[in-house]
Amino acid sequence: MDLRFTEQEGAFRAECRSWLEANVPRGLPSGDTREGFGLHLEWERMLFDARFAVVSWPEQYGGRGASPMEWLIFEEEYYRAGGPQRVTQNGIFLLAPTVFDFGTEAQKDHILPRMARGDDLWAQGWSEPGAGSDLAGIQSKAARDEAAGGWRLSGQKTWTTRGAFCTHLFGLFRSDPEAERHRGLTYFLVPLDAPGVTVRGFGRLDGDEGFAEVFLDDVFVADDAVLGEVHQGWGVAMATTSVERGLTLRSPGRFMAAADRLLDLYRDTDGVDATDPTLRDQVVRAWIDAEAYRWQTFLTVTRMTDGDNVGSESSMTKIFWSELDVRIHEAALGILGPAAEVGDNPWMKGYQFALSGPIYAGTNEIQRNVIAERVLGLPRR
Amino acid sequence: MRFAFTEDQLEFRDAVRDLLAHECPPAVVRAAWDDVDGRSGPVWGALAEMGVLGAGAPEDQGGLGFSVLDLVLITEETGYVALPEPFVEHAVVAVPALPDAASAAAGEVLVTAGLGGAAFVPYVGSADLLVAEEDDVLVVVARDELIIRPETSVDGSRRLGWVEWDVATAIGDAGALDAAFDRGALGTAAQLVGLTRRMLDLTVDYVKEREQFGVPIGSFQAVKHHLADARIALDFARPLVYRAAWSLAEGEPDASVHVSMAKALASDAATLTAQHTLQCHGAMGYSFEYDLHLYMKRAWTLAASWGDAAWHRARVGRAIL
Repeated sequence: MDLRFTEQEGAFRAECRSWLEANVPRGLPSGDTREGFGLHLEWERMLFDARFAVVSWPEQYGGRGASPMEWLIFEEEYYRAGGPQRVTQNGIFLLAPTVFDFGTEAQKDHILPRMARGDDLWAQGWSEPGAGSDLAGIQSKAARDEAAGGWRLSGQKTWTTRGAFCTHLFGLFRSDPEAERHRGLTYFLVPLDAPGVTVRGFGRLDGDEGFAEVFLDDVFVADDAVLGEVHQGWGVAMATTSVERGLTLRSPGRFMAAADRLLDLYRDTDGVDATDPTLRDQVVRAWIDAEAYRWQTFLTVTRMTDGDNVGSESSMTKIFWSELDVRIHEAALGILGPAAEVGDNPWMKGYQFALSGPIYAGTNEIQRNVIAERVLGLPRR
Repeated sequence: MRFAFTEDQLEFRDAVRDLLAHECPPAVVRAAWDDVDGRSGPVWGALAEMGVLGAGAPEDQGGLGFSVLDLVLITEETGYVALPEPFVEHAVVAVPALPDAASAAAGEVLVTAGLGGAAFVPYVGSADLLVAEEDDVLVVVARDELIIRPETSVDGSRRLGWVEWDVATAIGDAGALDAAFDRGALGTAAQLVGLTRRMLDLTVDYVKEREQFGVPIGSFQAVKHHLADARIALDFARPLVYRAAWSLAEGEPDASVHVSMAKALASDAATLTAQHTLQCHGAMGYSFEYDLHLYMKRAWTLAASWGDAAWHRARVGRAIL
């Protein structure tokens, strides 16, 4: 055990820090609005040009071949410098790992560099009006078109994050209506400008147009739009989702930075102890929990590097960071008191976003079932 | 950055785990409740023979030269079995601090410790030496000098005593005193991690077997979520305990803060797990004949010892705010 960073890790951190401190944009509007999305995209392209967009990817696709530990360091520095949300995240963190594992060489060569540069912007098309937590209840269909050498997609996806601003959708479609629910699904890659696609943005809880419905009416896609094997979409999606959902989507750096901002807020608020002496304890708890997430991650990444499969354990990670995020923001609102509702307070905005954490990427109730059944070994019903 | 134990550390842990699984089953803990000293009988000698008690002493004093990091997994195992002995006080606090630890390492002398303003001392009635604080330095008090008023604990295998003395021998300065306290808090945190694992293991087994409404109760989401929460608390406390052990072993400047984070989360994890596992057992867990309470009561007492969660969070707060 050596909990010091190596010289190489230290040098990488220094490089990240100096570039980010000089380049991170200030005061961008929300990336979940039309105006903000465009400005975020400019930032994403700056990141790409400096080879910071996808540090953990191989160089041939636009990355640096950084180790998982270096990726965590990049993330710590990114959020420490006040870097904005990554509007490219659903492609980079949710689709790309699946492309690396299941894509053909042609798919990798085409999809990954365009994703890294921000040329193609990917939205996740999993949820449907009738398939949320029960994802295998997907009804959208893929019908074989033998003559044309492809598939015809029909149905509706919804709660698609930033769907109105993206160019592409990755999603699961029912390709074999006769098969058992989990077996008849295929993983498709769909350009949103294809004939028959209609995208309608709609507001989220916080008022931003961060959601979209995607309607597909007999949309043709060629055979090379299938990721992995036909009818094996469930396995393709699940093989790479757990770690992504747990760690990659929201790494510790984000919460360490939020906890540090919480300390600043507490220090800068006059008379805060006089109004509620328990606030101090809430602040300290949140900060300790952010540290716990950081060290749990270092332990996990060391295990992964040693070849351990952490699999379903990442459901614990997803629960921990999403509920930590809520606690950090609750503490901040407690410190702010009545000031929290005024104007466009960033902590109130952050609180509303934090409340989505226990819901998206598989609700925390589903994650607790996963932990109980696959980590603790309790019986399914 | 490499956050993993060595093969040697894991092998030694496995050997201690095997010994304790064999020598310290629930029946031994239960017997300790009825023992006059509240102790384990032959288990202590077996640990001495294996070199565990003196592992933290230098080799020329019969020890293995183990650091706190080398000791942390072993200590966790003594928690897993609720070893009814002052293991942390003897092996983690005292042995590395005594000027000559040879007889303590051999298990011929039993040492306990009361630091950090502790009101009472565990197992002091059967101890030969007490490591304590006096005028901000670390001292050792011989048994002959101790005036002990025995006290009972809610954990029937913990024998307590209020102590006074007139004559003590200084064995370390204020820095040594702080370091000894931090070892005690860290060792106790490790035992709490072990106890949390034990309560969870016991309960997972139970809810798989126990049937109501024609199915195992472990198939119900309400039960699953209680236990998932306990497992999450365990998995996020544990890395902070191991990290604090490393920081102490390396003499990191913030080691005390790291210890406090570890003890706070380990105390909270054990307290939460005690409550959830009792609930998942229903009336069975509330029965004195059933073993869960042996581990639960130890968890309660250790969660409050060597600084409870609130005390340690306050210490973190002083460092960061």
